[in-house]
Amino acid sequence: MQFGLSEEQILLQDNVNRFLDDNSPLDRVRAYADGGADADIWTGLAELGIPALLIPEAHGGIGLQPLDAAIVAECLGSHIAPTPFLGSAVMAPTALVASGGDHGELLADIAAGTMRIGIAFGEAIKRRNDAGVSVKDGRMSGTSMYAFDAEADAYLVADEHQHIYLVRTDDPGLTRSDLATVDKTRRTVELNYENVAAELVSADPTVFEASIDIGRMALAADTLGAAQNMLDQAVEYAKQREQFNRPIGSFQAVKHMCAEMAAQLEPCRSMVWFAGHALAELPDEARVTACHTKAHLAEVGQFIAKTSTEVHGGMGFTDLVGLHYWFKRIGANRQWLGAPEFVREEAAVLQGI
Amino acid sequence: MDLSFGPEYDDFRADVVSFLANNADKAPKGNDLRGEAAKDWQKLLIENGYTCRTIPKEYGGYGAQPDIIKSRIIAEEFSSARINAGLGGQGISMLVPTLLEMGTQEQKEQFIRPTIHGEMLWCQGYSEPGAGSDLASLTTSAVLDGDEWVVNGQKIWTSTAHIADWIFCLVRSEPDAPKHKGISFLLFDMKTPGIEVRPLVDMTGVANFNETFFTDVRLPKHQIVGERGEGWQVANAILGHERETLAPANTAQTRINALIELMKQETVNGDPLINNPVYRDRLMKLQGKVMAMRFNELRILSARLNPGQDPGMARMITKLEGTELRHDLEGLAIDVMGEMGLAYDDNPHLRNSGSWQREYMYFLGLIIGGGTSQIQKNIISERGLGMPREPKFEKAS
Repeated sequence: MQFGLSEEQILLQDNVNRFLDDNSPLDRVRAYADGGADADIWTGLAELGIPALLIPEAHGGIGLQPLDAAIVAECLGSHIAPTPFLGSAVMAPTALVASGGDHGELLADIAAGTMRIGIAFGEAIKRRNDAGVSVKDGRMSGTSMYAFDAEADAYLVADEHQHIYLVRTDDPGLTRSDLATVDKTRRTVELNYENVAAELVSADPTVFEASIDIGRMALAADTLGAAQNMLDQAVEYAKQREQFNRPIGSFQAVKHMCAEMAAQLEPCRSMVWFAGHALAELPDEARVTACHTKAHLAEVGQFIAKTSTEVHGGMGFTDLVGLHYWFKRIGANRQWLGAPEFVREEAAVLQGI
Repeated sequence: MDLSFGPEYDDFRADVVSFLANNADKAPKGNDLRGEAAKDWQKLLIENGYTCRTIPKEYGGYGAQPDIIKSRIIAEEFSSARINAGLGGQGISMLVPTLLEMGTQEQKEQFIRPTIHGEMLWCQGYSEPGAGSDLASLTTSAVLDGDEWVVNGQKIWTSTAHIADWIFCLVRSEPDAPKHKGISFLLFDMKTPGIEVRPLVDMTGVANFNETFFTDVRLPKHQIVGERGEGWQVANAILGHERETLAPANTAQTRINALIELMKQETVNGDPLINNPVYRDRLMKLQGKVMAMRFNELRILSARLNPGQDPGMARMITKLEGTELRHDLEGLAIDVMGEMGLAYDDNPHLRNSGSWQREYMYFLGLIIGGGTSQIQKNIISERGLGMPREPKFEKAS
C-alpha cells in the first residue's frame, strides 16, 4: 500500500515547477494579463510533453494518468500560469479518446502542441440566460458563453443533450469575442455560431461526463496549487512584517489564521490525489469523488484566498504584491464547470440520495 | 499510488468479518467499563487478537508483531459493524503503552495484565486548576520522606477517578529545577488515605470528570515511571498519539451514514428531510469534509508503512479538524430535526438513542480537551509552518 506520488511523479512535478519558475513568474503573468500572449509558455510546456500527457502513445502522446494531470494542474495553479492546459491537454483529449472515434490526427496535433482545443460546455452543465446551441444537419447555431481558451484553433461544444461537437474557429460563421472576467490569468470568450459546420464527436453522455469529471479534478488541483502558494506567501509575510516591535506572525491572531488555512488545506492534497487515482482505477467512486473534490477545494480555496490576503494587511489589497491574481484565479476555478452547490447536488444524486 | 493491502490481508479481513458475524451477540452495549459482559468480551477479543494485539503474551496480550494494516482492518470492520471494539480508558490507551516503553520489568508484570483485562481501572492525574494548556506549570508536590513519596495538591478533569482503582499522576518533585525538568510520573492506589474525589457534572449531564484532592498521600518510592524529574518526557512519549486518535475518520464516516438514514426517515409535512435543498447541501458539504479527512488518514497510514514518505502536516491537523468536523456533523442532525432535535434523557421520541445531542456536546468537550483547538493552532503554526513563538512575559515580582 502506498498512497502518495511515485518517484516519476515527483520528477514530473519538479520539472514543471522549474520550467514555470523560469518562464511564468509574476511579471510574465502580468504581461499576459495586460493583453499579451501565452504561446511561448505553451510551446515550452509542449517541449516537456505536457499537451501530450493524457494522449495514448499510439497517437504521439505519453499515455499518463489523471493523477499526473492533477500534478501538472497544481503546478500551474501555484504559478497562476496562463495556458490552455485544462481544455487542450485535459478535457478535450479525454473526450476525444473516450468517444472511441477516429481522431488520431487531431490527437497527434494536440500532443505536439500545434493545435489548441477549447471547451464550451457551460450550457450543457447549467444553461444561463439565453445561451445555448442547436445543431441541425451538421450545422450549429446559437451561443456559448465563457468558453476557454481564447486562442483555441477549435472547440468542443456540448449542447443540452450533452452531445459533443467539434467546431473550427476558421469557419466563417463563427464569431469569437472576449468576455472580460476578474481572472486575467486565463481568458474566456463568447462564441456565436451562425450555420457553423459541427462535427459530432459523441452523443454518449458518459463521454461528456468523463471530460467534466477530469476537468473538475484538474480545477481542484489548480486551486490546491494556488491556495498553497497564497498560504506560503502569507506565512512568509507574517514572519517578515513587524509591528509593535515584533513580527506579526508571533501574534496568535495572525498565526491562528495561518494554522486554520494549513489545517484545511492539508487534507485537500490527499483528496486531489485520491480523486486523480479514482478516475483511473476506481470507477465506482470516481464521479462522486470528483464532485466532492471540486466543491471542497472551492470552499477551502475561497477561505484561503480571503484569509491570506488579510494576513498581508493593506498590501494584500494592492496590485503591487499581485496576490489578487491568485485570489481571482481561485475564484474563477470555483465557478467554472459547476459552482459548488450544483456540484454537491450532483454528488448527492450520484449516490442515490 | 497503490491502495491495495494485498491478498493476505483479504483473508485477514474475512476472518474479522466472520468473527463479528458469529460473535456480535456477545458484545456489550454502551460504555460500561466494569461489567462482567465487557470483561468477557475483552478476553474474547484478546484471545483472537482484535484488541491489545501487540501487547506481549507474558503481560496478557495477544503478542502479535505490529502490523498497521491489520490494526486498521480491525478498526474499520468493528466500526462499520458498529460493534464494541473492546475496553478503552486511559489505563489501556495511555498507561500501558507508557509502561511498555518506559516501565520497569516489575511494573510491567504488576500492572499490564490486570489493566488490559479490565480488572484494574486507571485515571489520569495531569491537569490542575492552575495548569491547563500550560500543563508543565503544575504544582501538585511530591516530597521524598525516607522510602515514601508524600503527595499534596489538586488535580482536575480526572475522568473516572470516582471508580478508578489506581491513578497515574504528574507531580512536581524537583521544585528548584526548570519547570519541564522538575516533574515526576507516579503511580498509586486510589484507596490510599488522603485522597478525596469530588464529581464534576459535565454539560451532557454525566459526572465522568472529577476534582481530586491529595493531602499527605504516601506511596512507596519505587512507584515512579522513569527517573525523578523525567515525568514530562514520560508523559509526552504518548501524548501526540492520543491526539491523533480522538476523532478518527472512519467513525465520522459511520456517523454521516447514520445521518443520511435519519434524513431519509424523518419527515416534515410528510416530506423526507433529505429532500430539503438547504439541508441536502449542508449534508453534502460535510460529506466532502469527511471524505477529505479519510484520505488524509490514508496519507498518514502510507507514511507509516513507507518510511521515506513525508506526511507533511497530515498528522498535526487531525485533532483540530476531526473534532470540529464531528461537532458540526452532530449539530446538523440536531438542526434537521427541529424541536425533535432537542429530545434528551428519557424522551420517548429520541432518535439514535439520543446520541446526536450527546455527541454534539461531547465533541465540544474534545475540542477543548486533549489540547484545545487554540493550542493545536499554536502547534500547527509554530512547528508546522515555522512561525515565531509568542514572546514570554516575565513573571511580575
